[in-house]
Amino acid sequence: MSETKLRSSRARREMIRRIQYGVLAAAIVLAALFADWKAIRQFFFNTSIAREGLPQLFTIALKNTVVYTITGFFFGIVLGLALALMRLSSVAPYRWIAKIYVEIFRGLPALVIFLMIGSVPLVFPGFALPGGVYGMACLGLGLVSAAYMAETFRAGLQAVPKGQMEAARSLGMTNSQSMRSVIIPQAIRIVIPPLTNELVLLFKDSSLVLFLGVTSSQVELAKFGNDQAAAFANPTPILVSGLMYLLITIPLGYLARRLELHLSNAR
Amino acid sequence: MNVPSKLASRAIEIRGLRKSFGTLKVLNGIDFTVEHGQLVCIIGKSGSGKSTLLRCINLLETPNSGQILVDGMDLTDSDVDIDAARRQIGMVFQQFNLFPHLSVVRNVSIALEKVMKRSRAESERIARSGLQRVGLEDKANAFPAQLSGGQQQRVAIARALAMEPKVMLFDEPTSALDPELVGEVLTVMRKLAEDGMTMVVVTHEMGFARELADRVVFMDSGVIVEDGPPEQVIGSPVHERTQVFLRRVLRTGDTGNSGKERGDKGTDT
Repeated sequence: MSETKLRSSRARREMIRRIQYGVLAAAIVLAALFADWKAIRQFFFNTSIAREGLPQLFTIALKNTVVYTITGFFFGIVLGLALALMRLSSVAPYRWIAKIYVEIFRGLPALVIFLMIGSVPLVFPGFALPGGVYGMACLGLGLVSAAYMAETFRAGLQAVPKGQMEAARSLGMTNSQSMRSVIIPQAIRIVIPPLTNELVLLFKDSSLVLFLGVTSSQVELAKFGNDQAAAFANPTPILVSGLMYLLITIPLGYLARRLELHLSNAR
Repeated sequence: MNVPSKLASRAIEIRGLRKSFGTLKVLNGIDFTVEHGQLVCIIGKSGSGKSTLLRCINLLETPNSGQILVDGMDLTDSDVDIDAARRQIGMVFQQFNLFPHLSVVRNVSIALEKVMKRSRAESERIARSGLQRVGLEDKANAFPAQLSGGQQQRVAIARALAMEPKVMLFDEPTSALDPELVGEVLTVMRKLAEDGMTMVVVTHEMGFARELADRVVFMDSGVIVEDGPPEQVIGSPVHERTQVFLRRVLRTGDTGNSGKERGDKGTDT
């Protein structure tokens, strides 16, 4: 009696699964039948329009995206490490400053920070950041990422056991020698995966540079795609820009996971 | 000129040492001396302040009051370069505290390179001969995680010895080890004692203390209760607190006998 009940419940589950597959397949078939493939091909996969942007897509847009991201990333690393060391300092005001910084810049949308940086030349007409838009982009991306990196570095430094510092100091190393030779090398291994993730986020945030007001030689991928789309009245270039982002972010994300796995195995 | 040289004749001299963590008083006025070449074992139950006393000797803990002189140098004097002083004082930890990102030979050589400013090649040459001394020259290129606990602790001893310290401090060096690995570490320490190294060892190994210590110090509640030759402090303790402690340790752990056996037969396991 109970066996037949058991079997019937299994049969029912099997039937429900078949229905789900069936509905999914029907939806795909219907979409394929009724979609306007001609329009889709013309407006999203228009290869002749995609080709129009070709040399500049790489020589200007991708190049600028990489430049904005990398400079911002390194500024963020330097500022983030400084903030992390301040957070762990024995001097209380340093800790407060670092904490307030992290709270503010982690809580603000990156867009707001960029809009504020973009408004600086309007408020102080004589004042210009070194590097112009490049300087402003580096500053904006650095300020945003430093808040996250400070927390990452702090966690990494704190994850190194206390005995490591004690052992180094017992050998007569100074505090800074111990930091450089013993603590920071171990902390870096811990923070490489989260830093790689931060780099992925920063690649995407670099699109906000478009709010700084850029010339045609300063455009990055998102603005480049948007401008081209407007010029040709066709959104294909936006899709192309999107693909360029994925070309960078997917391998980077994969790399981050590999590093994470590798380091957790090595421990 | 005679007075300072007389002070310098003591390896370690501690006067009126007090240390508290917050409201918790850990050391309540310690007076303690170690002569050059002596091996002193500090025993006592956990929380008695014996590790804190040891950690004060190289200022891993900052005393609240009192004086600590190592080889005549007053560590509590704010003019003393504490990094220079620590070079004279080797420290071996319960948890080994090897640097996991460095190979065994680099663990031993890094301080020679960074602190003593020797060349990398010379530092590693010295490190290798130091590893030979603890019987681990064949592990020079291994990483700490690839070694057993006993081997790691021997590397830690070699690392401390590489700085040619005048005094070696051991903070429960065998407490984190599997029982079968204790012997190899004690063998290295015994050899070191026979070479005339000044050693202060916080330990639960009563056999080791009885066999090799010049003096055994029993601590309880942050004071030194009993201080004397091992046959007196372990063999026929005067104070009741010492008697209670030893009865408990020797009965439960069987530490005294197994340690003595190790001592008698030698520990080349």
